[in-house]
Amino acid sequence: MRIALVGVIAAALISVAAAQDNKEPVKLGAIEVLTGPNNRYGIPAQRAFDLAIEEINKAGGVLGGRPIAIAYEDSAGNKDQAMNAARKLIGRDKVPLILGPTLSNEMFAVGPVVNDRKIPIIGTSTTANGITAIGPWVFRTAMPESDVIPVTLKTAKEKLGVKKVVVMYANDDAFTKSAYDVMKDTLAKLGVETLATETFSDKDTDFTAQLTKAKNLNPDAIVVSAHVDSGSGILLQGRQLGIGKNVRFIGGNGFNSPKLAEIAGEAADGTLVGSPWFLAKKDDVNQKFVKSYKSKYGEDPDQFAAQAYDSMYLVARAINAAGGTEPEKLRSALQKVTNVGVMGPFSFTEGRDPADTSGVVILEMQGGKFRIFGETS
Amino acid sequence: MLQQQLVNGVVLGATYALFALGFTMMFGVLGVINLTYGVYFALGAFAALWASKAIGLSVWLALPVGAIVAGCIAVIVDTLLLTRLRRAKAPELSSLMVTIGATLFLYTGLSVIYGTEVRRFAPDFAPSAAFEIAGVRIVATQALIVVAALLMAGALIWIVRGTKVGLAVRGVAENPDAAALMGVNGALVTHLVSFMSGALGGAAGVLIGLNFNAIQPFMGENMMLRGFAVIIIGGLGDLRGALIAGFLLGIIEVLTAGYFASAAKDLVAFALLVLTLWVRPVGLFGRAAAKRA
Repeated sequence: MRIALVGVIAAALISVAAAQDNKEPVKLGAIEVLTGPNNRYGIPAQRAFDLAIEEINKAGGVLGGRPIAIAYEDSAGNKDQAMNAARKLIGRDKVPLILGPTLSNEMFAVGPVVNDRKIPIIGTSTTANGITAIGPWVFRTAMPESDVIPVTLKTAKEKLGVKKVVVMYANDDAFTKSAYDVMKDTLAKLGVETLATETFSDKDTDFTAQLTKAKNLNPDAIVVSAHVDSGSGILLQGRQLGIGKNVRFIGGNGFNSPKLAEIAGEAADGTLVGSPWFLAKKDDVNQKFVKSYKSKYGEDPDQFAAQAYDSMYLVARAINAAGGTEPEKLRSALQKVTNVGVMGPFSFTEGRDPADTSGVVILEMQGGKFRIFGETS
Repeated sequence: MLQQQLVNGVVLGATYALFALGFTMMFGVLGVINLTYGVYFALGAFAALWASKAIGLSVWLALPVGAIVAGCIAVIVDTLLLTRLRRAKAPELSSLMVTIGATLFLYTGLSVIYGTEVRRFAPDFAPSAAFEIAGVRIVATQALIVVAALLMAGALIWIVRGTKVGLAVRGVAENPDAAALMGVNGALVTHLVSFMSGALGGAAGVLIGLNFNAIQPFMGENMMLRGFAVIIIGGLGDLRGALIAGFLLGIIEVLTAGYFASAAKDLVAFALLVLTLWVRPVGLFGRAAAKRA
């Protein structure tokens, strides 16, 4: 009995000594959808976290030589399971910071819990409105659509001289309607004239009436907020009605899909859409990321991987800046931290949202594929 | 612009008319509420898609394949589910319930087999040339839809009004028992009408899928509500009524979107429907229910 007690004390002493030696890993927590249909968003994030941690640890870790470790919890896309995961990470693993959860819905459940416990939590893929309004401990690195659309429209105005547009949007869908609201505000701010605003239903298949009207108003561009199915129909019918190639179609995030060209074919050529990230971005950081991700996992990374990868580097920088792992110190460090990642320069606003939109890439559909607008390939 | 909008309206109207022809026949002759019609629309399109991709058939052969497959499935569904109800003279609500079940079953089946993603025919599958006459543009597939709607309506009206088979069909529609006493094979007529309406739905699915270049399991569902409006405005079971009401609805919808407000476009069908039920509940041509087909 006594020997056992001595053993325990000795072990405790050794672990204290190890901590003083500053080689103990800094253990973070992550909640991602790792099983179920939505794991197509969670798995890339997990892989990108692992990749970033591997690179950071190889380069010497954080806080002068401590490696980063990460504990994953699977939410399976379920709010309750995500909430339990957060409690487990905070209570059992004593993590000083949580990454995730994957879905905005999960964050609305998890955010308040973690916020109450005063642990910073960073959503890397949660783009819904109101995420960071949950509380001062909730951050997000994912760029919402409302930040991307203004960049797209501004580029169209500056690079293509778009002065008058027709706006079309599906008025029976929350996603397309909120994108339309952003479009409307941005066009007004940019001083681009809106000749007409036409609506349709997300399930419609015939858009000829609206497009004929649009064609007769002679706009410089047609700005569309639609899901990819109806959006592709608009492109097809617009070109069939003889709307010339000089009139660009400009889309919201619904257009940011390879299906656009699959359905609309040639009619999709010239369509512009903004994206927070693009696989073929030529900067060194991105090229290196794409290459190492592909060699490690055998497939190309997606936007969710890119967001997670940058977030991990951002957290590592914040830990170094904080000089420790106390949640309060981490929170104030995050507020000030900056990083140039695969998605471009990053920092947080006062409201803990992404502050910098200079990393947004404008894509142009050409020959069935997206490419960076203005780049000749 | 007005001419182009009128052409748009005629094309849209032709899609409604095409959809409504088989639908109205199913209601008028078979006398049951059959909600599976939207599925035949999708089935026809998927069968034609398969025929074109797997066997490499051209549009002229894939179209009949789509129609025949949809027609056969319509006969199977009708025989399995509705024959018993008809024999028992079950109230209309029973056929409604049974076909809702069948519709869900078939939709789920289609989704499992094909997925819910939008599919399309190969770009060179159908003629896609655009013609421009006096500033009005029309694409070959659109012209095809208008011609097909008129031809099919003409052929159907001729069969129903001008042939012996049509006489039997009308007899069964008016009074199945009396028709049976006169030596009409009621079961055969029922199969025939099921097949014809299913095949019409399938053909409509192929043509409309071709025009909008989007084929997915629920494509018929989006047409069902307007289809209902069209066949009620035209008069249940009235082929000529369905044709005219289809064109009328298409043209009014397009003009509403083009000259008034696109947000009001979806109101048109239901405004016309309510107006019809108010002013002329028997539909445009206003004949007694049983004599229509």
